[in-house]
Amino acid sequence: MMAAEHPGRFGAYGGRFVPEALVAALEELDEARLKAATDPAFQGELERLHRTYTGRPSILTEVPRFAEHAGGARVLLKREDLNHTGSHKINNVLGQALLTRRMGKSRIIAETGAGQHGVASATAAALLGLTCTVYMGEKDTRRQALNVARMRLLGAEVVPVAHGSATLKDAINEAMRDWVTNVGDTHYLIGTVTGPHPFPEMVRDFHRIIGVEARAQVLDLVGRLPDAVCACVGGGSNAMGIFHRFIDDASVRLIGLEAGGEGIESGHHAARFSGGIPGVLHGAQTYVLQDEDGQTLPSHSVSAGLDYPSVGPEHAFLRDSGRAEYRPITDKEAMDAFALLCRTEGILPALESAHALAGALEVGRELGPEGVVLVNLSGRGDKDVDTAARWFGLVEDGESQS
Amino acid sequence: MTRLSDVLARTREEERAALVGYLPVGYPDVPGSIEAMTAVVEAGADVIEVGVPYSDPLMDGPVIQHAAETALAGGVRLRDLFTAVRAVADAGAAVVVMTYWNPVLRYGVERFAADLAAAGGSGLITPDLIPDEASEWLEAAKRHHLDPIFLVAPSSTDERLALTTAATSGFVYAASTMGVTGARASVGDAAHVLVERTRKVTDLPVCVGLGVSDREQAAQVAGFADGVIVGSALVRQLADAAAPADGLAGLQAVVRELALGAREGHTR
Repeated sequence: MMAAEHPGRFGAYGGRFVPEALVAALEELDEARLKAATDPAFQGELERLHRTYTGRPSILTEVPRFAEHAGGARVLLKREDLNHTGSHKINNVLGQALLTRRMGKSRIIAETGAGQHGVASATAAALLGLTCTVYMGEKDTRRQALNVARMRLLGAEVVPVAHGSATLKDAINEAMRDWVTNVGDTHYLIGTVTGPHPFPEMVRDFHRIIGVEARAQVLDLVGRLPDAVCACVGGGSNAMGIFHRFIDDASVRLIGLEAGGEGIESGHHAARFSGGIPGVLHGAQTYVLQDEDGQTLPSHSVSAGLDYPSVGPEHAFLRDSGRAEYRPITDKEAMDAFALLCRTEGILPALESAHALAGALEVGRELGPEGVVLVNLSGRGDKDVDTAARWFGLVEDGESQS
Repeated sequence: MTRLSDVLARTREEERAALVGYLPVGYPDVPGSIEAMTAVVEAGADVIEVGVPYSDPLMDGPVIQHAAETALAGGVRLRDLFTAVRAVADAGAAVVVMTYWNPVLRYGVERFAADLAAAGGSGLITPDLIPDEASEWLEAAKRHHLDPIFLVAPSSTDERLALTTAATSGFVYAASTMGVTGARASVGDAAHVLVERTRKVTDLPVCVGLGVSDREQAAQVAGFADGVIVGSALVRQLADAAAPADGLAGLQAVVRELALGAREGHTR
């Protein structure tokens, strides 16, 4: 379990490295979320939305044809891709949007990489009557053009961020600048398990339902706990969501799959636990891809949602303590796993989740036919059709839609 | 007492506000930035804030963001900071450094403090480090006789004003408005209120930053604060100049005006 000797800390990681101007808002948020956690009215409303809006519980799908390529181990997918808006992101967004209303604020802002969190935020804003601005790296608005259109259809303002590396980290910087300027009426709805306290803990708690459901579903289907739980790790929210309920189950290996990009040795990757060292970014002490002067290094991944130079602080703690292990998956391995799931099971996963699938193939081969691997299928791949079509040469350049 | 405290004691005796000028090291390049800093000292700034360009400057507006990106693209290194600090200290000003936290952490907190003190620096302003997270830095600052300078904001509670100023020495950096760095049309009442609230919990000098760009605003701030901090307005002079020499001339003209403002407004 997390080390709780210091609030907001996971061992040496986490904390609150922010401008003083934001501290009052963070304290207000912390108070509101702790109150909400024990308030039956809040929990009841969130539970109702999960059931009648998101479509929870999400189902568990066993994928035997895919598993033939995983050393014969049983592979079970937790289908977060079937949630309304197409990914796990909605779990956290609904929770924070309800908190926004409780705090009397009328506007949310969000950062997004792949666009899934932005879409979920725009959706919750429409549902609850909040105004919404989404910051997105300009590079990401191009590779995820479909999601940009979705957010705008839902009534959100999408602001492309062109400076820095024009990806997720720069979108977070811009969202922070907006927040510090408009904190009176605005909640920054952070989409992953990083940022200053209480975000890492709060976002994990809103996603914890993934692991709670999955654990019961696996016991029900298999009659025992899985040997391993695989999840992709960008910021790490879907992974913390599915891992957390299993932390006390010592027999269950927790395996996070990071974006290995073009390979660790190429320098073009987002594998913080292979190429990063502890530092501070975006309000939290954690592993960061950085140079010897502490400047953040650009990350790379075929998947926009994993293309981030830092990682949630609780993952850093789980890694250092040995409770979880983290492996890099290259772009190619992820794309191969993506294609395999499409063709063996008729399920089109998000490129982010394809990293978890590639990890499951590896882990399954290590475990052999007796193994049971649970995979968090965190999102669906409709948004990635264009990227995949180009990757596999299914369209001519210039022929594609976006 | 650091040189910074000496300078602020002197400006207080002279019944005027101190003028604090911010410039980032490495913009437009390392020698050019050091020339600009010494030019600002010559034109009448009492304290120089030497900025460390950082890849993720989330408290900065477009002008300083652009300068940081340019400096990093030009290859500025953290070690250039100490060269700049030494040069400005030799030019006769008190020098403080302003940096986001990760470069210090990566360099090593103890090593950074030792090198800053050895270069003649007086203190460190940390826009994304609050005292709650600063125990290692506070110990190093004490060992090397450096001033840890923390920010207070209009949103700070009275309790946090007390906590933050208790950890601070040299001066308290009061952020005039909620927001990022950059020139604004007016500095507003929020700064005045914040300075008055801060004075209730500390005797330290209180300097006001964020948004001050001209003589009139400097005079307005000097009416209630011990120091006027100007950043983006100076960086803009360098950014807009057709040639480096024009930039220095423009910079000095702006600083002279601001220095007049800092002398006019003081009514305390």
